[in-house]
Amino acid sequence: MDTSPPDPQLSALYQELILDHYRRPRNKGTLEQATHAVSLNNPLCGDEIDLQLRVDGDVIKEARFIGRGCSISQAAASMMTQLVKDKSIPQALALADRMGAMMQGDEGAARDKTLGELRALAGVSKFPVRIKCALLPWNALTDAVQPPRG
Amino acid sequence: MLDVARLRADFPLLAQRENGHPLVYLDNAATTQKPQVVLDAIADYYRTTNANVHRGAYDLAIRATEAYEAARAKLAAFVNAWAPEGVVFTRGTTEAINLVAGSYGRASVKAGDGVVVTAMDHHSNLVPWQILCQEKGATLRMVELTADGRIDLSDFGRALERRPKIVAFPYVSNALGTVNPVAQLTKLAHAVGAVVVVDGAQSTPHLKVDVQALDCDFYALSGHKMLGPMGSGALVARPELLEAMPPYHGGGEMISRVWDDHSSYNKIPHKFEAGTPNVEGAVGLAAAITYLERIGRERIAEHEQALAAAAIAKLTQIEGVTVYGPPGKSDRAGVVSFTYGDIHPHDIATILDQDGICIRAGHHCAQPLMRRLNVTATARASFYLYNGLDEVDALAGALVKAGALFGYVPA
Repeated sequence: MDTSPPDPQLSALYQELILDHYRRPRNKGTLEQATHAVSLNNPLCGDEIDLQLRVDGDVIKEARFIGRGCSISQAAASMMTQLVKDKSIPQALALADRMGAMMQGDEGAARDKTLGELRALAGVSKFPVRIKCALLPWNALTDAVQPPRG
Repeated sequence: MLDVARLRADFPLLAQRENGHPLVYLDNAATTQKPQVVLDAIADYYRTTNANVHRGAYDLAIRATEAYEAARAKLAAFVNAWAPEGVVFTRGTTEAINLVAGSYGRASVKAGDGVVVTAMDHHSNLVPWQILCQEKGATLRMVELTADGRIDLSDFGRALERRPKIVAFPYVSNALGTVNPVAQLTKLAHAVGAVVVVDGAQSTPHLKVDVQALDCDFYALSGHKMLGPMGSGALVARPELLEAMPPYHGGGEMISRVWDDHSSYNKIPHKFEAGTPNVEGAVGLAAAITYLERIGRERIAEHEQALAAAAIAKLTQIEGVTVYGPPGKSDRAGVVSFTYGDIHPHDIATILDQDGICIRAGHHCAQPLMRRLNVTATARASFYLYNGLDEVDALAGALVKAGALFGYVPA
């Protein structure tokens, strides 16, 4: 049997912090006074998120989610709902952009303190098929505050 | 067991390394690797025989047509089809079932009629029937499963009480590995006058299939799951049903005479093969059949059952692993679906991939089944003739590593 230590890229992917958010998600549940809501799923792998926001003016006062999926998508959702609290919508959208850049392997974004705990997800950029997992909650956020036209 | 080392030498891709490890390919229910003889058959066809079929008056075109029709005869014999003209080449199982739903179904199902499927059907044997029933105002009835992943025969009987027009089910479940009692189910369905459609995507590569003994009416299969090329496959049907059915796609080849405002149609199977067919696919599939026949499907089935049994034994020893599907050996093919504690199947697949092990994670195009299992996804290892017991060991070893990485603590 292979007893070699886990691959360093895997250890970077599944850090303690990510597993902690996966197993003890923050802001999981529903909001009574949601002003924005969106449901997204990834039809390829079945990851699901229902995101709710309470926005006052242009400030996100609260964000909660219900979701089912892998550790990456669920940890990303948990971390995101913490990070965007009390951020303005333009600030939240800017964070979504930074998150996207980090997933594309942008090292500057991976060091950007404004991404907070989400920087723990930088290792996902080495696993191209998993990037969509990390971005699922951010795509939900973008859709919620900036509904797609058309 | 088969001599895996010798067989593997026939498959160039299997010599490849993945992420620095020997490739352990355990996603054969999705698609299979191709032996050199199949690759050669395709290349030789283009090097020596390529021309459009059923059209040219020149010798090269005649040879291309002969190669295409020889492939049809080969496939007909392989599944003991009613006649070679009862074999319609399609892009695969999905297109074959859509052909039945779109032609036979649209002509015979009316408002208030019933169509029966099962909770273990792949989306490709469900969605075409949903579309048909929505269009016609017909009722779609899904037969439930037993707790151990078999078709619930009492619910199947209840579904038949409404005398459905069409009954569809898989021979082998792609997500559970269950081998269904097709002949028995067909007999019950025929007794109420239904036409039976069998999804043979997961059975044709692995079991000796005799459609006349099964006595079904339509049988769909995919070439790429049985060592053949992608985009090859067939609908095998009773010729008299095909004769009576309206065309599916319109175009060249499927016509007899064309006037300004209407046409008469070619004889079967050509009536259902509009446009230039996938001759390369048919030729490659014929080579795959020759290869499979040389080994023997009874031996292949036996080999895969042994691998599945070994995998189930190893995996269930790991605390926290749940294996789905029938517990027995006799009605189970080489498909092992499982979950491991709270480690999501996608995370399992990513971790195993780093050891060069390819498994499938997801809903396996069987979302109604996943709902019934109360999971969103499972991990699935599926075996073929070139897999060995060492690969079962590699799978189990990598799972233990996944558990360690996730700090999995049994509840």
